[in-house]
Formats: sequence, structure tokens, C-alpha cells
Amino acid sequence: MLELKSLACGYNLKPVLQDIEFKVNDKEFVGIIGPNGSGKTTLLRVITRILKPSKGEVFLNGRNIWQMKFRELARYVAVVPQNFGGVDMSVEDFVLLGRIPYLERLQFFESKMDLLIAQRCLSLTDTLKLKGKLMSEISGGERQLVLIARALAQEPKLLLLDEPTAHLDITHQGSILDLIKKLNKELGLTVVMVLHDLNLASEYCQRLVLINEGRIYKTGTPQEVLNYKIIEEVYKTVVVMEKNPVSSKPYIVLVSQEEREKRRK
Amino acid sequence: MRRKVFYWSAWILVLFCLLLTVMLFSFCAGPVDMPLKKILKVIFEGRGTSEYSILFDIRLPRIILGFAIGGALSLAGVILQGMFRNPLVEPYTLGISGGAAVGVCLNIVLGLSRGLGIISLPICGFLGAILVILLVYSLSIRKGILKIQGLLLTGVMISFISSSLIMLIMSVSHTEDLHGIVFWVMGSLEEPNWLLIKLALGIAVFGLAVSYLFCFDLNAFSLGEEEALHLGINVERTKRLLFIVASLLTGFSVSVAGIIGFVGLVVPHFIRMFVGPDHRILLISSFLCGAIFLIFCDTLARIIIAPLELPVGVITGILGGSLFIYALSKKQVSLGGK
Repeated sequence: MLELKSLACGYNLKPVLQDIEFKVNDKEFVGIIGPNGSGKTTLLRVITRILKPSKGEVFLNGRNIWQMKFRELARYVAVVPQNFGGVDMSVEDFVLLGRIPYLERLQFFESKMDLLIAQRCLSLTDTLKLKGKLMSEISGGERQLVLIARALAQEPKLLLLDEPTAHLDITHQGSILDLIKKLNKELGLTVVMVLHDLNLASEYCQRLVLINEGRIYKTGTPQEVLNYKIIEEVYKTVVVMEKNPVSSKPYIVLVSQEEREKRRK
Repeated sequence: MRRKVFYWSAWILVLFCLLLTVMLFSFCAGPVDMPLKKILKVIFEGRGTSEYSILFDIRLPRIILGFAIGGALSLAGVILQGMFRNPLVEPYTLGISGGAAVGVCLNIVLGLSRGLGIISLPICGFLGAILVILLVYSLSIRKGILKIQGLLLTGVMISFISSSLIMLIMSVSHTEDLHGIVFWVMGSLEEPNWLLIKLALGIAVFGLAVSYLFCFDLNAFSLGEEEALHLGINVERTKRLLFIVASLLTGFSVSVAGIIGFVGLVVPHFIRMFVGPDHRILLISSFLCGAIFLIFCDTLARIIIAPLELPVGVITGILGGSLFIYALSKKQVSLGGK
């Protein structure tokens, strides 16, 4: 599905990413993790063709993305941004924007088909009831769901998400990730997601890519990547590894400095 | 969807009726008052009477030019505001009008229009406009990202510089040229040359048609450039094209009618309050509303202190500005962008 080959990239000659090489298989659910400033978002931007890599290539189903048309790429890959920063419009209009890659130049109105697809995406994300509301009127969690609905309206094969759970409470974090998991399972969407929360990444992703200082530090299943040595080395924080009692996936517990000092005494 | 189409058609119909009303008003009103009955009589009598020539050689060209320029300026405003996601961007604040003005002034002073014909005026205006747009654009790009703040500031500064340049040109020019420049800087829809009027009309309509090819692109731009790219828009190409369209519209308008501020800023705002941010309806209604507004202002400029005439820029500024402040205080406007 997605393949990155000896990728290097940077802003103004300062390298941000180096020797990035990994593959994402069809219908996989991959999480990209790493400390702040490690280059996660940059990686996402390279995959979506916003940044041109200074070295290496990105392939989608064997085709270099820089040789694809923008529209073609948009029908294949959809991106869920961190937050909504556009002008105010109704939820339905916003989701319909996701149909733009399918509209012809001289077509001024969406077809019935487009409306149906938008409707379906709204109901898939459980936001059909918000249809008539304005984007500014709905809550942060609802907005994130609507952002996903718009991405789905592009009918992509690959869904990229940039920290979909940032700034959300635990209920919404869970429901958003459950939804993405469901889309992955039921619709066969390939998912690549940047996540900050290691425990959520461990719980939901099949495979993790840990990035540190612009290089891939480790890839593998959550069990392989999330061990305390690796985490302490990359994040430079003392942690304790536990197992989630229900799913038996790795669970990371932070230890505060105060407690650490108490122990030392 | 059906409801939307119905609503939009109704809205356009209302604007068309308003446009016709204003045109008729402008046709009747003036130093020589012509009620409708008289107009019909004059038309029946045909050519030759002085009333006929007042109507068809003086008033009609102004109405058509007002339609073209008003439409073109507010269309350029909508396009630029849509692209930059900033409500303060317009041909005037971006310095495009100023650039076009300098181009035209240089043309007048250097006597190019005498040598190359009247057509060289709009060409110079267009060159000035596109030069400024390129300058503003390249100055506000840092690390591949367009900085809106910088863009606005640069634009305003270029506006200042060009008005100083115009003063410089005026101070070194001959008296006969000076009159032309002053008249022209203040903005006026008086234009005796039918060719230029037809050209202005053609370019305005052409601009409208081209901008409609990009209505979905503009809608996508309202989410930001990166998001537009995610939606399959060829961002750089579209930006370049729309830039050219906006400068063509502004450059030509300024070179025919002089500097008429506020139309490009106020009208799109006003319309956005009523119809929302969708460019499919925003483009056409801004065009029509701009035309209505300018024809109306021009008529006022003609009749307020008749038989003398006010510069139309004065009216657009006072009327547009105060209307806008009133509307702002009445209704919370979603200004778009951040």
C-alpha cells in the first residue's frame, strides 16, 4: 500500500527526517509515535505531498506520489487534520467538501450520489444529527468526528490522522479511536496515525513506528516497541511498564520525580 | 440541496431586479431630469435630439462602465479574500490598485498613450498591478509558507509608496498631463471611449466566468492551503491563475476608471453576511452587488451637487464605510480565517 524508501527531508537544508524506510501493508493499522519535534508531523506531510523529500521516494501501490495527479492522490489518501481552522459553515457543507476530488470542472452542484455519500459518512461517524449545525456550534469531540466524516467522503483507501485525540477528554478519545478501528476492520481502510499518547497507541495499533530525532528508532508490534528501555532512552523519562489487565497490551506508567527521589532514599 | 438551489436562485433574482432598478434610476436621474415617460418619447424620436445624446452617449456608457468596474472590483476582492482567507485583503489594501495607478501615471507622463494609442493605458495599468502582486507575494513568502500578516503590511506599504510615486510623477509633469492624472487618481466613470468600455465589460464578464471554474477550489482554500492540497487542488497553479485573474480585473478597472476604493472590500463582506462562505453563490452575488453599488454611488456623485460632479471614490468611501460599520455593529460577522 504505502512504501517509503530511504527518505530524507528538511526545511531549508536543515534535515528533519533521515533514512526513513518503512512499509505499510493493506488494511494495516499503524501508529507513528515519538517525542515532540522528532519529525512525526513532517513525516505525515511528506506522505501527503505537502513537502517534497530531498532524497528518497514515497510510493503508493507502487506509484511514486509525485507522479500522480493531485486529484488522483486525493481520491486515494485522505487526511484528518488536528483541528478545524476554516471559515464557519454547516456540518453538511463541510463534509461535502470531501467530494471535491470527484467533481468535474464545469459541475457546479454535487450530484445525488455525492449527497448520499456525505450522508453515509455522517451516519458512519454518528454525526448525522449535527448535519444542519454550524461548525462553530459543535463541541471539540464532535468536530473531530466531522473531520473524520469529511475524510471518509473522499472514499480513500488510506486514512492519515494527525493526533486525532489531542485536546479531547477520555470518552471522546475512546470513541474516536474505536471509530477508526471500526473503519479499519469493516471498511478495510488502511490507517496511519500520529499519536502522542503511548498507551492509546499500544491499545489500538497493530504496529508502531517509533521516530526519534528524525530517524526510525524501532518498528514492530506494541509489545516489541514499548519496552521500558526503549522508552526511557527515547523519551528520557523514567517509566514503569505494566500490562493492561484486560487486553494485556503494554501499559506505560509515568513516575514523578518526587516519587523517584523518595525511592532512592 | 434543492433548498439551497432554490434559495440561491431567489437571491440572484433579487439582485438582478435591484440592478435593473438602479440602472433605471441612474438612467433617469441627472442634471437634466428625465422621467420614464420622457425617456420613452426620446427613444421613439430616435437620434438627433440633445436628450437622446444625453441618454445614450453620456448616461448609458457610465452605467455600463459602472456595472463592469463595480463587478470586477468586488469580484477581485472575493477572489483575493478567498485565497488568503483574510477579510481585509482587497485590491486596494494589497497595493494592486496603487501599482496600476503608477503604471497609468507613467503612461500619461511619458506620452505612451499618444504614441501607442489609448489601449496602452489599460496595458500599463495591468503591468503595474501584476508587478505589485508579484512583489507582495514574493516578499511575504518565507520558507515556502505565505505569511498573511506580512502580506497585508507589505501591501499597505506598497500602497503608500505608490501614492508617493504618483505625487512625484505629478510634481514633475506638465500642466496638461497633470489635469489628466488628478482627474484619474480621484476615480471617475466618465469615459468617452466606447472601445475601453466594451473591453472593461468583456474583461469583467470573462473574469467572472474564469473564477467560476475555480469555485470549488476557492471553497477548498477556505480550509487553508494544506487542506486544499489534501482535497486534490493543485494549490500553486490555482493560486497563480487566480492571482492573474485578480490583477487583470483590478489593473484594468483602475486603468479605466482610476482609483475607486472600498468596493472590493465592503461588497464581498456584505454579501458573505447574507449568503455564507460558499463561493458558488458568493462570486456571482458579489459581482452583481458590486455593480449595483458602484452604479448607485456614481449616480449620487452626479446628482448631489449637480451640475457639478463629485469624484465617485468619495461616495463609495463614505457610503460603503458607514454601511459596513453599521452592519458590523448589527450582526456578528464571521470574519473567516483566524
